[in-house]
Amino acid sequence: MVDAVITIENLYKDYVTEAGTVPVLKDVSITVEPGEFVAIMGPSGSGKSTFMNILGCLDVSTGGRYLLKGSDVNSLDRDELALLRNQVIGFVFQGFNLLPRANLEDNVALPLIYRGVKRSERLAKSNELLAKVGLGKYAKSRPNQISGGQQQRVAIARALVNQPQLLLADEPTGNLDTRTSKEIMALFSHLNKSEGITVVLITHEPDIAMHANRLVRLADGKIVYDGLVQHASAEHLEPTS
Amino acid sequence: MILAMLNEAWVAIWANRLRTILTMLGMVIGVGAVILMLAVGQGAQQQVQASIASMGSNLFIILSGSTTSGGLRMGSGATPTLTVSDAQALEELPTLAAVAPSSPGVAQLVYGPNNWSTSVYGTTPSYLQVRDWGVASGSAFTDTDVRSATRVALLGQTVAHNLFGDEDPVNKTIRIKNSPYVVLGVLSAKGQSLDGRDQDDTVLVPVTTAQRKLFGTQFVGSVRFIMAQAISAEAMPKAEKGIAELLRQRHRIREGANDDFTVRNLTAMANTAAETAQVMSLMLGAIASISLLVGGIGIMNIMLVSVTERTREIGIRMAIGARGKDILLQFLLEAIIISVIGCLIGVLFGVGGALLASKITEMSVVITASSIFMAFAVAATVGIFFGWYPARKASQLRPIDALRYQ
Ligand SMILES: Nc1ncnc2c1ncn2[C@@H]1O[C@H](COP(=O)(O)OP(=O)(O)OP(=O)(O)O)[C@@H](O)[C@H]1O
Ligand SMILES: [Mg+2]
Repeated sequence: MVDAVITIENLYKDYVTEAGTVPVLKDVSITVEPGEFVAIMGPSGSGKSTFMNILGCLDVSTGGRYLLKGSDVNSLDRDELALLRNQVIGFVFQGFNLLPRANLEDNVALPLIYRGVKRSERLAKSNELLAKVGLGKYAKSRPNQISGGQQQRVAIARALVNQPQLLLADEPTGNLDTRTSKEIMALFSHLNKSEGITVVLITHEPDIAMHANRLVRLADGKIVYDGLVQHASAEHLEPTS
Repeated sequence: MILAMLNEAWVAIWANRLRTILTMLGMVIGVGAVILMLAVGQGAQQQVQASIASMGSNLFIILSGSTTSGGLRMGSGATPTLTVSDAQALEELPTLAAVAPSSPGVAQLVYGPNNWSTSVYGTTPSYLQVRDWGVASGSAFTDTDVRSATRVALLGQTVAHNLFGDEDPVNKTIRIKNSPYVVLGVLSAKGQSLDGRDQDDTVLVPVTTAQRKLFGTQFVGSVRFIMAQAISAEAMPKAEKGIAELLRQRHRIREGANDDFTVRNLTAMANTAAETAQVMSLMLGAIASISLLVGGIGIMNIMLVSVTERTREIGIRMAIGARGKDILLQFLLEAIIISVIGCLIGVLFGVGGALLASKITEMSVVITASSIFMAFAVAATVGIFFGWYPARKASQLRPIDALRYQ
């Protein structure tokens, strides 16, 4: 049997603030198999981003177990987590998060630096990926010289450069118009179907969620629906902002 | 890997050119000041050492005077209590290698249309040995000249130059206080003394000639001072005691009464001067180092600002797989690049400043490879030391906190 990409058991996350401890994720359990395309929906403040950050090894849970490709994330040190973020996970943000001073090919090649890849190889790889997301001729441009949709493509190219098994995206279309959103989603679908990359993304829009196979609905830090998108009721697919 | 990191660091530095240059300025000034101060300090030290070497080694000066007459103590040299025969007696001491009595005075010298006022020392041939002084041309006067008080003279370089110009002074006749003297030879150059006098601005004549024909004396055979050279540095204390004992005996000074002479260990005084120069040189370096420290703090300050400003960038890098040590290296490299470039420019300014200072003020400066190397090592250390804290701070951020930073 192949290991599940993500196995989460009884996950809790509390934030400690001046006002006291705020429980955000309450007893979340989920398993994601290789090749799945999962959309996460839920009202604002329900804990989607919190959940995603834990999935992406950017943050740690307060309780429960998280196995990424079978290895227990809680037992890893900072460097081992960095290695996972570098090689297993590709992260796409709502705000793109490109380095403004670097040109596109350098932005895409950045994860390769931390793998010790030679410069010529890095640039070859990053140009290959830029071409793949349809931005081959912008390699020397800077992020502020291209549109938002194009920036998100660059961010996706960067997330893909190390050939991750898992692509995580927190509202990747949140800053984009409908048409551009569709293009970006087509790209995610393609990556999922043709390349078998497991995709987990957060969205507020049912149209976007429809690209996925599976829907997970969070409310107040709990999973209230987990099943095929087609089987989800209108209530679970309802737009959340 | 390190090349990629260097490039990353350089890009960041380049993006903040003005700020980087201002930060570097602190380093430039610090390193420049250290190099300049070390150069000046070592130059002064070298000058002192040259003066000491020109003085002669293991040297005593015995001054006459300091007698008590009617409860009134006179200063050294006030009463001429030393004589040429004292000097001759001292020569018998086994701890002394050479002894030279000296009767100094000032006189006007004339040769042809030129004249020159200088100090004239009446002394014996031993003086040259005591002072470790050679004859550049011609020859020294002899004991025979001293015995018969002949009118002969040895000219210092400055005197020879002022009276004769390019002419060869040997065997020419000059007039000292209107009496003719034959120039036997010219002394080799000695340069400046510790107190900054030109040692070559002098004329030596036989002590007897000075006493009887040139200056005259209150008492027959009295001299102002005697210079003596000990046989070795180790023999100096014993020699000093020997001199005092012999002179007290010869001057019939009773037990408990004050000496009518003063023995000074010139070599010890010179060593003190050398130590003072060394301490001065170190002080200058230390003061300059403070500006290096200030430069380092400037680097730390700007790196802290940089880390704060770029927290989000750090978050992005961590999110795509940068380890703590990658972030650490990146910021450390930035600090080191700033300090090393600052140091390079500082070395240029320091060396240039030192050369300029020596041109303008005729101060002697010494720029050694070791002082440049030291400044360099210190700069790199300052870069690492002051870059470390901000870099470490950056590397220890939690990825999620760095990403969320507004
Ligand atoms: N760093 C933090 N410190 C304290 N509380 C936090 C922190 N981050 C999030 N929270 C709280 O946790 C809850 C969930 O936040 P989260 O960002 O996960 O929501 P979300 O579902 O992504 O919302 P949105 O749809 O608006 O993005 C919110 O109530 C929020 O106030
Ligand atoms: Mg969110």
